[in-house]
Amino acid sequence: MLTPVTDGDGAPFWEYAAQGELRVQACADCGEPRFPPRPCCAHCQSFASRWRAVSGRGRIWSYVVPHPPLLPDYAQQAPYNVVVVELEDAPRIRLVGNVVDHAGAALNSLDTQRIRIGARVHVVFADGLPQWVLA
Amino acid sequence: MAVAGLKDATAIVGIGQSAFAKHLPQDEKTLACRAVLAALEDAGIAPGEVDALASYTMEETDEVELAKAVGFGDLTFFSKVGYGGGGSCATVGHLAAAIACGQASVGVAWRSRKRGSGPRPWTNTTVQLPTPAQWTRPFGLLRPADEIAMLTRRYMHEYGATRDHLFNVALACRNRANQNPAAVMYERPLTREMYMTSRWISEPLCLFDNCLETDGALACVIVGRERARDCRHAPVYVHSAAQGLPAQHHGMVNYWNDDPLTGPAWTAARHLWKHADFTPDDVDVAQVYDAFTALVPLSLEGYGFCGRGEGGAFTEGGALEIGGRLPLNTSGGGLSEAYVHGFNLVNEGVKQLRGSSTAQVPGAATCLVTAGEGVPTSALLLRN
Ligand SMILES: [Zn+2]
Repeated sequence: MLTPVTDGDGAPFWEYAAQGELRVQACADCGEPRFPPRPCCAHCQSFASRWRAVSGRGRIWSYVVPHPPLLPDYAQQAPYNVVVVELEDAPRIRLVGNVVDHAGAALNSLDTQRIRIGARVHVVFADGLPQWVLA
Repeated sequence: MAVAGLKDATAIVGIGQSAFAKHLPQDEKTLACRAVLAALEDAGIAPGEVDALASYTMEETDEVELAKAVGFGDLTFFSKVGYGGGGSCATVGHLAAAIACGQASVGVAWRSRKRGSGPRPWTNTTVQLPTPAQWTRPFGLLRPADEIAMLTRRYMHEYGATRDHLFNVALACRNRANQNPAAVMYERPLTREMYMTSRWISEPLCLFDNCLETDGALACVIVGRERARDCRHAPVYVHSAAQGLPAQHHGMVNYWNDDPLTGPAWTAARHLWKHADFTPDDVDVAQVYDAFTALVPLSLEGYGFCGRGEGGAFTEGGALEIGGRLPLNTSGGGLSEAYVHGFNLVNEGVKQLRGSSTAQVPGAATCLVTAGEGVPTSALLLRN
């Protein structure tokens, strides 16, 4: 499986995820959340940021079901779902992820028929990655 | 001569291409040289007169290598536009700008690819750009098809677009390819049954929603309007040219701005039409970047052929076929002629305005050509 190739801006997200926390970057001056992480705030141009804890609740904004040809680790689990989740307490933050049956389960552990745009999900963590389960 | 900006100040006077196939024996550099020489021959211009080059990223043939191999003169302008297939039309736009303001006099733009027989970029796991790959690839969103399928699902959900609408796009392209002996899919008709029963690539996109992986090369030659009158073929004028990188955009995985369904086409279109003497209603034929079928309804909306959310419905009733409201991708496009990062769409636009297309729109006088949607893009309005 591919692991995140992080950069300086994104690293805190993954460090929090490794501790089982979902946090998003927000401007320390005007409070505007932003994703993906970056050096400064597009609203007020401040370089001060903080990592704000979020509830981990969200809704499915869209989803796809990839089929091969895929990289071998992924082909073995195909067809699986990939979703974009819109966070409940930061609606303009959308995270790519997978809806699984339970924390640590395979990408194909949930029947794709159960996935709908608008469905409520909440975050769980496995191996340093956020995953999503149906709420 | 006083010229108002770029409008009709320059013209495309030569086009050239290699064969298109899943596997061609020549390497990329050789294909590039052949396409460029064919375009110069078509224009009746000697290689030594070329003083400007433009290409776009993901082009493996370096300007230096091309200039040396083909025998160009001293170059005074060269540019490479970013974001892969989003740069196809911008190459012509950059050359037009350079020539219109006196930085150069004879420009060549090109694309040479071995995507049919070479590696696919998404399989490269060693070179992952941290942004956005860290936010997508670990979760199995691996290929451009997956990234665009995500937008497609949302688009269908919001506006009621259907797979039949996507099929209409695939069919129009295939029907035109069936008229084009150079097309990879020349002798291979497509039916609705084939489409609906084909294998999935990334639901909701099936096999026929995806472009062809192709080996091939194309080039075109651009000069000022005075010079253009002396060339072998009637000039095809660069009427308007634009690039588009919207505020808060994020590459092809653009789920992270306020409105992911209004992509770069919208930004390019505003500039394109502002500098044009005609409107979408006056476009006779369009060559719309079609790496995936779903890019077409999104582009039809962005370039103003219909309202927001109406791109799917626009494809109904044969609108994209010859004789329809907007004949589309008349060489077969990336879906059925060849996927050469959209450069075949530029050359096909020229053919239509010369009256030499294999699927000629009678009396075509205006053509829209677009580059990759989803990524920072570019577009041209051509007229004869
Ligand atoms: Zn701020």
